[in-house]
Amino acid sequence: MTTAQLTPEASALRTALTAVDGARRRKDRFMTWLIWGAFVLALVPLVSLIWSVLSNGLGRFNVYFLTHSMRNVYGGMDAGGVYHALLGTVLITAMTVIISVPIGIITSVYLVEYGKGSLARAVTFFVDVMTGIPSIVAGLFAFSLFYLLLGPQSMSGLTGAVALSVLMIPVVIRSTEEMLRLVPNELREASFALGVPKWLTIIRVVLRTAVAGITTGVMIAIARVIGETAPLLITVGATDSINRDPFHGNMMTLPVYVYRQYAAGLVPCTPGATDCIATINYDRAWSAALVLILFVMLLNLLARGVSRWFAPKTRA
Amino acid sequence: MASPTTAMTPPVAPVRTPKKRSRPTDRGLDRGFRYLAVWSGILILAVLASVAIFLIIEALPALKNPDLASVVPWIPADGNLWSVVGPLIFGTILAAIVSLVLAVPVAVGVALFISHYAPRRLASMLGYLVDLLAAIPSVVYGLWGVMVLAPKVQPVWQFLVDYFGWIPLFAGDAHGNASNPPRVLMTTALVLAVMILPIITAVSREVFLQTPRLHEEAALALGATRWELVRMAVLPFGRSGVTSAAMLGLGRALGETMAVLMILSPGILYSFKILVASQQQTIAGNIAAKFNDANDIGRSTLIATGLALFVITLLVNLAARAIIARNKDFSGAN
Repeated sequence: MTTAQLTPEASALRTALTAVDGARRRKDRFMTWLIWGAFVLALVPLVSLIWSVLSNGLGRFNVYFLTHSMRNVYGGMDAGGVYHALLGTVLITAMTVIISVPIGIITSVYLVEYGKGSLARAVTFFVDVMTGIPSIVAGLFAFSLFYLLLGPQSMSGLTGAVALSVLMIPVVIRSTEEMLRLVPNELREASFALGVPKWLTIIRVVLRTAVAGITTGVMIAIARVIGETAPLLITVGATDSINRDPFHGNMMTLPVYVYRQYAAGLVPCTPGATDCIATINYDRAWSAALVLILFVMLLNLLARGVSRWFAPKTRA
Repeated sequence: MASPTTAMTPPVAPVRTPKKRSRPTDRGLDRGFRYLAVWSGILILAVLASVAIFLIIEALPALKNPDLASVVPWIPADGNLWSVVGPLIFGTILAAIVSLVLAVPVAVGVALFISHYAPRRLASMLGYLVDLLAAIPSVVYGLWGVMVLAPKVQPVWQFLVDYFGWIPLFAGDAHGNASNPPRVLMTTALVLAVMILPIITAVSREVFLQTPRLHEEAALALGATRWELVRMAVLPFGRSGVTSAAMLGLGRALGETMAVLMILSPGILYSFKILVASQQQTIAGNIAAKFNDANDIGRSTLIATGLALFVITLLVNLAARAIIARNKDFSGAN
């Protein structure tokens, strides 16, 4: 009954205030769809990529593939595997870790615990610059360095490890620095108050508190460099045989293996030949890509697990 | 000797003075550890300097050789270093910019989705999904791009040539067709866009999440719809953050090698035809394609192009950092 008693002006005001502005609502609805659409669009390549790697790669992914090299494998032979590439990737990545993790951690200790003044500012700045070095330029650098030192015989696993270290060190520094800054100052002061010297405080208190975060950062950095292809292509080269010596000669690595198998292309088979698979090279490339992705995913999962296991039991 | 005159003063004062003035009060392992830390900081500077120095040393033979065309087979006759470096720089920048144009709108959409649209509980998990894109090695992207994506996009490129061929960018080849197989710059840029999407998304998302709560509530109190809230409060606040994110993505796209090497059919031309094969090539792709078979002077030439790439990415990244740093000063305050 009350509505009926309103003056015309008042009811007009009421409609103006409560009515839904159709154009604005439609625009809002449209943009919501658009933004959901953007997200779905971003997932399409991820899903498509993982699906194609799985569906194309599972066919040859077996123990034989993981335990044999490409030595004496030619044409469309139904043989050959990634053992030599797996070995090369593990060796080169291990050397990269040995070079870059100590440098990275000590540099971030410098930045957080000691760094003041212009040197610290310069280091921070140039670490940023280093993060942006294209991977192929890192490869060129390592190649030039070893070529000037050793001459034409300079291709080796070590050269590749140096190239990868240039890419990995800044990532380790960034993540470690972030973790060290999270360590509360009270812990350091408590340690100093007990008369513990600074170096021991850093090792036993600061680094111990941050170890979970540091390990996670290192794992993610490894996952980042393990898939690098271009620098390895020009510093380590490729080979079909197993090379266990990371200081001499070409080595095969998983990413380079994927590339080389792809580049080898289709095999021209004689019609009716039963022992010749035309797509064998592509099949191997997909399977090796699967191995590589499994590696990377495993490292990422481990990184997430580690931050749980290693974390100090009490939280500040 | 340097301590104050009287021994009667409490020990606090003399102890504090030297401690404040000069740091080397530490002894033994303490000092050793500090030296180790400082030298490792200096090592970083040395590494970066040596990257530049060794590249320059190795590039010098090519830079000094006046008659490069006669010794490097892939430099056209009567050309010089610049006649290949110029088109390569052009191709590199064109590929990076096209990929940026494709990636930025989607990345901003995804970042907005995660920061303001997705259900709260799902948001971090969905963010992790996008981060997974960053974890996939570039060579796998290359393989996927050339084997799976390329056949699928060819009809789309053909459609673009048929209906938008009057735009120079989408011009077809001599027969008015898009190249098939589509080993063209557009396909490459599409794959590059997927590769740089995670970094642009990650940075933009962080900026959007920092939008002051009061701004958002003020917009809502004025009766704004969600999109109006985004347009009035979130986007103006995040604009410079998105710009620097895009620059970081640009820096990454400039240096990407494998996708270009595996997908793009190379050519050394100043050409805007991104749907036609054998027109452009990028610096990184060119190095990876030619390095292993090059002779000494050829390698030197490639390293000279690498030096150009180094300088370009350096400038782009510095610009991105400068925008971030300038923005940092007043991001929290207002």
